[in-house]
Amino acid sequence: MISSSKRDELIVSKIRNGTVIDHIPAGRALAVLRILGIRGSEGYRVALVMNVESKKIGRKDIVKIEDRVIDEKEASLITLIAPSATINIIRDYVVTEKRHLEVPKQIRGLIKCPNPQCITNNDVEAESRFITISIKPLKLKCKYCEMYITEDDVIRQIL
Amino acid sequence: MRLRHVVSSLDLTRDDYFRIFELADKFYDVKKLNYLSGKVVSLAFFEPSTRTAQSFHTAAIKLGADVIGFASEESTSIAKGENLADTIRMLNNYSNCIVMRHKFDGAALFASEISDIPIINAGDGKHEHPTQAVIDLYTVYKAFGEIDGRTFALLGDLKYARTVNSLLRALTRFKPKKVFLISPSQLKVRREILDELNYPVIETENPYDVIQEIDVLYVTRIQKERFVDEVEYEKVKESYVVDLKLVNMMKKDGIILHPLPRVTEIDRRVDKTVNAKYFYQASLAVPVRMALFYEVLGDREDD
Repeated sequence: MISSSKRDELIVSKIRNGTVIDHIPAGRALAVLRILGIRGSEGYRVALVMNVESKKIGRKDIVKIEDRVIDEKEASLITLIAPSATINIIRDYVVTEKRHLEVPKQIRGLIKCPNPQCITNNDVEAESRFITISIKPLKLKCKYCEMYITEDDVIRQIL
Repeated sequence: MRLRHVVSSLDLTRDDYFRIFELADKFYDVKKLNYLSGKVVSLAFFEPSTRTAQSFHTAAIKLGADVIGFASEESTSIAKGENLADTIRMLNNYSNCIVMRHKFDGAALFASEISDIPIINAGDGKHEHPTQAVIDLYTVYKAFGEIDGRTFALLGDLKYARTVNSLLRALTRFKPKKVFLISPSQLKVRREILDELNYPVIETENPYDVIQEIDVLYVTRIQKERFVDEVEYEKVKESYVVDLKLVNMMKKDGIILHPLPRVTEIDRRVDKTVNAKYFYQASLAVPVRMALFYEVLGDREDD
């Protein structure tokens, strides 16, 4: 852990206050930024590290964002595409909180059912709901039409 | 235990099935009863249906209930843009039970979350049609005296047929010897359904390979709109027709079921064979639906 964070320091400096999302599966950092609604014009200072070595997961991405907190809804969505990710809250250059994410057993409203004939896509009051069937690989099942939805479906919706 | 909603065939336990079978036996010959007098049943058919709506209607009347409702979206406020939830709330105020058919998958479960009164799913999109599965299994029960140990085969469109989903799930409450799933490769049972089955399942494309083993042959219609290529459709349609040649290879006491309406998938000459049980099956729809109404709505000592 120490050696890998040292390596990161070679690439980007520490942030003072904000959030570091670490252990993102390689290549998914842009999708994580998309979940957070960060496209660049918001003015946040962001550091993006992609495809660097990780002891835990082989290769990984890291996202560092200054002065931005991550809410629960955002964290749930991140777990879907990056179950291995950790969220570190930084205050005054120090990690004050380390959150290990867990894929929720049920997911409400965050994503759409890919079945156009599902009631959740056809009634203003119906909210999507998915039951987590497996985490690796990610597989969810719509509570209503019972269609499977995969990691690819989720990523396609985010990007 | 009193049944609440009947949204999926999985809402019924093994005991529920047998209790309903016994009640259906009792209701088979009766003229008219008053078990549900003073109760109102809503028939909410957002999607048109003839036999299902009529058999529910008949079942309700024969138990003494009053019936309200509609037979298509055009005649309702849905046509004015009202959503399903509001329509259910309205029917909830007027009646004691809602029987609904809807074109969207999962509509019945959604309605059951809104309704205070029982919802009976009479078909939601390509998802489920649980009361048909009860009729199907009741027919098997009448023919063989048992369901466990029988070999089933489901033939035709196994991907989009809601009766197939409900029947396969209902069979998880029993112990079939095995179930053959016979369909063209593009119409195989959905993975989601297959994954939850707890009995031996064998997928195949050719009915002739397995016909001699089958006790119950369940036929469904292959619809033209499922195929992009019309030539392909014609080819597939031909190879899944149940004709005398196929039926003659069946076990003597094997039975053929079909949820109906039948078009060309069963040759009419098969109708006269001893194996053809689909009209008998249809005749059981009313007593089975009476039993379901009684389970859901009847006054009970434990109430």
